Formats: sequence, C-alpha cells, structure tokens
Amino acid sequence: MQDLLSGAAMLARWDVLVALLVGSIGGVIIGAIPGVGPAVAIAILLPATFAFDPIVGLTVLLGIYGSSMYGGAIPAILINTPGTAVNALTSYDGYPMTKAGEAHRALSLAYSASFWGGLFGILCLILLSPVLALVAPLFGSREIFLAALLGIILVILAHRGQIFAAGLLAMFGIFLQTVGLDAVTYTSRYTFGLSFLSSGVNLIVVVLGLFALSQAFFLLTAPDESPDAAPVAGKLTAGLRELMGHKRVATVSSSFGVLLGMIPGTGEFTAQFMSYTYAQKTSKDPDKFGKGSPEGLIASEAANNAVPAAAMIPLLALGIPGEALTAMMLSVFYVHNVIPGPQLFQNNIDLVYALYLALIILNVLVLVFLLFSTNLLTKIIRVPTRFLGVMILLLSFVGVYSLRNSLTDCMIAAGFGVLGLILKRLNLPIVPIILGMVLGGIMEVKLRSALPRLNGLLDMIERPIAMVIFAMILIVIGLHIRTLIREYRAHAPDEDHDLHDTQQR
Amino acid sequence: MSRVKTLQALFKRYRRPGDIVFAWVILIIAIALLSQIWAQTAYRSGTPLFAQPRFWPAVSLIGMAGFAAFHLLGSALSDRLEGRWREVILWLSSLEYAGWFIVYAMVVPILGYLPTTVIFAVSLAIRVGYRSRFTLLSAGAAALVIVVLFKSLLQVRLPAGQIYQYLPDGLRQFMLTYF
Repeated sequence: MQDLLSGAAMLARWDVLVALLVGSIGGVIIGAIPGVGPAVAIAILLPATFAFDPIVGLTVLLGIYGSSMYGGAIPAILINTPGTAVNALTSYDGYPMTKAGEAHRALSLAYSASFWGGLFGILCLILLSPVLALVAPLFGSREIFLAALLGIILVILAHRGQIFAAGLLAMFGIFLQTVGLDAVTYTSRYTFGLSFLSSGVNLIVVVLGLFALSQAFFLLTAPDESPDAAPVAGKLTAGLRELMGHKRVATVSSSFGVLLGMIPGTGEFTAQFMSYTYAQKTSKDPDKFGKGSPEGLIASEAANNAVPAAAMIPLLALGIPGEALTAMMLSVFYVHNVIPGPQLFQNNIDLVYALYLALIILNVLVLVFLLFSTNLLTKIIRVPTRFLGVMILLLSFVGVYSLRNSLTDCMIAAGFGVLGLILKRLNLPIVPIILGMVLGGIMEVKLRSALPRLNGLLDMIERPIAMVIFAMILIVIGLHIRTLIREYRAHAPDEDHDLHDTQQR
Repeated sequence: MSRVKTLQALFKRYRRPGDIVFAWVILIIAIALLSQIWAQTAYRSGTPLFAQPRFWPAVSLIGMAGFAAFHLLGSALSDRLEGRWREVILWLSSLEYAGWFIVYAMVVPILGYLPTTVIFAVSLAIRVGYRSRFTLLSAGAAALVIVVLFKSLLQVRLPAGQIYQYLPDGLRQFMLTYF
C-alpha cells in the first residue's frame, strides 16, 4: 500500500500531469488519423523525452500507446479503415452499424468497451504485481536468455505465410546490434574501417527510419487521399449503459487481452480474435456478427485495450519487450539508467505503480476527451495523406537530429526509411528487425554472463523456470509444425487481406 | 476492409509484386556480409565459443542467409505477380524523398531551423502536387508550429543557423536561442 501511495506521489507533479494530458490526447488524435499510428509518434518523440525525468518521458509514451486504440476505433467505425492494427476487427461490426445510421451508438459502445478493457487490464496488473515481484527475481541470466529466445521464435512464427521473411529480418536485426566495438573483447565487428560504425548502429535511428521516415516515404509516393468521415449526431454516453448489458463479454474479452497481451509478438491479434470468436459462440444472436453486432464490437475493443497494460509485464518484470512500442520504451529506461527487470520490482516498485496509475488516469482523460470531441476528430481525419507525409518528414528530422546532431544519423535513418518503405509495400513486417536488435542484444549479454556457471549445454535448462521456458519453446515449434501439416492436408483456400498494413505505423 | 474467418488466416501475410527482387537482393547482401566474417570479426583463443566476438555475427548472418535462401525459393516457386518492375521503380522513387530529407538536414545548420523548415515544408508541398494557397499556407503554418513546439518550448537540441550571426545584436541572441 505504501508503494502504491509512493507511486501516486510520483504522479502528483505538474509536468507529469501535463505529460499525461499531452500523451493521452495526442495518442487519440494520432490513432484516429489513418496514415499515422502510435509507432510513428513514439519514434519521433523518443529522443525528445530523453531530456525529461523517466516518469515524465514514459508517461508521454505510455499515454500515446494506451490511447491510440481509442482513436483508432473512430476511422474503423466511420470509414471502415482501422486507425491502428488492433482496431481491425472493430470495423467488422462498427462499420455496418454506421451504414445502418447507428454511428453514435457504435462509437459510444467502442469507447465504453475500451474503457472497460483498459481499466480491467490495469487492475489485474496491480493485483498481479506482488506475484511478479516474487517471481521476477527467480529469473537469472539463463532464464532471461531463454525468454528472449522464445520472444524471437514467437515473433518469427507469428508472421504466418512470411515466416522466412520474418526470420531473415529478425536475424538482420540481431546482426545490426552486433555491429561496432564489442563491449567485452574490444574488437571491431563489421565496422569496415568506418569510424561512425565503431559505436554501433543506434536503435533509435533505426526505429525512426523504419517507422517514421518509411511512413513519410510511403505516403509521399502513394496517390493523395483525403479520408472523409461524416460528423456524428447523438449522445455518446449511451454506450456506457448499453455496455452494462454485456458485462460478461466485456470482462472475458478483457481477460483474453490481459493473458495474451503478455505473449510477445502475438498478443493483441490473438486476444482480439479469440474474444470475438468467444462472443459469437456464446451470443444469443450469432448471425448478427459481422453485420453490426454490439457484442462483436465490445469484444474487439475491450480485448485490444487490455493489451497495453499486459504488454508492460514482460517489459517491466524481465526487461523483455514483446513488440515494437515497448521495445522503444525500453530505450527510455536505459537512457535514464533504470534497468527494467527483476531489480525494478525490488528497487523501483513505486515507479511501476506510478506507471499503472498513469494508465488509469489516461483512460479516464481519454474517455472524457472523446465524449466531447469526436466530431472534431472526424475533421482531423480528413488531412490529405501527402500533406501528412510532409509533416512526418519534418517531425522525423527533430527525432533523428536531436539525438546527436549528426548528419550521418540522418543518412542512416534515410536508408532505413527506404528499407521500411520496401517492406511496407511488400506487406513484410518491420517489427522483427527492431525486436531482433533489442532481444539479440539481451541474448548476447545474458548468454555471456551465464557461461561461467555452466559446465555443459544441459546446465542451461537445469533450473525449473529455465526448463519451463525451454519446454515452451519446444511446444511453440511443435504446435507450429502441427498447424502446417494440418493446413497442408486441409488445402484451405487463401484469403488475401491487408490487415497487417496498419500494423507498421 | 477484407475479412478473415480463422485465426490462421488472420496471422497470414500475402506476397506482393516485387517480392522476388527483394528476395534476391537480401540473399546477396546476406552472403556478401557472411563472406566478410573472417576479416570483419576477431577470434580470441582460449575464449569459449559462445563468448567469441564472432559468435553472434556468425549465427545471425548464417540464419539470415538461410532464411533468405528459403524466402527466395518460396518466391521462385510461387505464381508470378504482375507489376514487379513498376514496384521496383516506386521503391527507387522514394530515394528522391530520402534526398530531400538529407538536404534538409544539411541546410538547417546553415540557414537555421525556422527558415529551413518553413521553406522545406512549402517546397515539398509544391513538389508533391499541392497548389492551393490554403494548403501551402497550412504547410508553412504547420512548420512554424513544429519549430515553436520543439525548439522554442521544449528546447530540443537542434543547431542554430550560421546565418543568424549576421542579424543585429538583440535579435541574433533571440533567434539563436529560440529558432
């Protein structure tokens, strides 16, 4: 309880509250604009947050992360284009409701379900924290190495149909983090005699190139569009009352979000889909799903909004990010010398609680903001895409150049921007590169520090937790092979879709 | 918005035109990098294999080359998608905007952040096809807001322009600090 109060005290500062306000409202706006998503915004703002206290910087980024999905529901419902990847299923039932003249009902239900999911996720985490504080210290070097390895495998296997591409990109990410002077032996690795490569390839520069600059190039090279969303009439508070009639669906969906949000790479998609399937199977009116079912909308939005809080678990407890946004947040911790992992729960538990409380406040702020400003956001959605591209290019410069005032960084970021554009055009994932860089670094360090205590390879899995993680690795690979065989036998027809296009913004 | 009905289909990604060009290029890069492993990494005698400075570059590059080879094989054995070279030309056309970005970064320390950003925003808006006065003014205004937000208010570390040295005394210090 004292830690919780101490966490609350950390938030009771004007700069933290301003950061919360800016992050949450900024996140909603960014999520609502189809051409730009939380990854672009977080990448751009990342270097600017290094100058702030860790709690201020993290609050801004967490605000954007936690609130973008609220905003993403608006274009998903009004114009059938999800604002962020995790709003994909929202459009299934949200857009038919809009076509039936029930846009305000769909939006208010989406906001209410998001709020429910967000709060449920955070409350679960607050209750789970004491358990995490007990379990996290049991993770030594070898357990964290194996968990990072599991993360890499999951991220590769999550990209079905493009597993080889995801694998080569993850390996490329691992390779990128090895470039430069080796910290232990002080030998050069792939520097080609170039002095600027001695310090390695900076993660932030890569992130800015792959997410922000590539999105600018993507928008600038594509035909100009201006999404048009009609204003919404009607009371947006009605959804709160309607949600109370679907408490079971909202709670179960949020639970899926919490449970699956902890799994690297796959959480948000799986949670959303399983919640949707559950809601359909247990509904009294399953035929209405996909044609404007309020339960389908609730299932999708409650599940995806429970994910951000859950995604913080592997990041805070083990220092292992599960996707690109938490990987970016990890760098904020490192810059301020706060190392996420088992020690964080022992030494800085107040910071952990402060982050949870910040998530609660931002959910309230976002809900209030949306109830009064949805129609304003429908106007912002109309920003032409190429104009947006120009703005992202300008903002990317702030991100890259403010890091070290280096023209070389700008050139490297531009190079990764072109690579990112190619990947986006090819429907290939960017996330494996980022996770490869982050998790590859963790694997190298942890394997080295585990080595002196190992006599043979089997010692790696002699401890219970290490053995459990190793068993999980085997199960994940086994299940994947089983799915491939079943799919091959079933000869299921391909259903081409563009769901992943929104995942990279 | 297309629909998916199974979890497997939800996760599945599909090939796009130009895939085989990417597959070839990335495989060549992986093999070229791997061929340099002896020259670009060191081997320390007496150090365990897993702690060798060469270990992780080798693992990652062998993995990358292996995955790239299978990716190429997958592309080569799949049906041909029309529009391969049109797609490659589009990739190359993005180099122009990469050039704009680098020129912008080169000019800021000379002309200063505020003038360069406004000029760059309006010029790029014209380049991408906008002609209406409203849009061009909006581009200039948005550039001004970005400068005020990041340089004047948040004091993000961005260089002052060399050209500011020629301004009168009072204005020079003001511009150096805030714009």
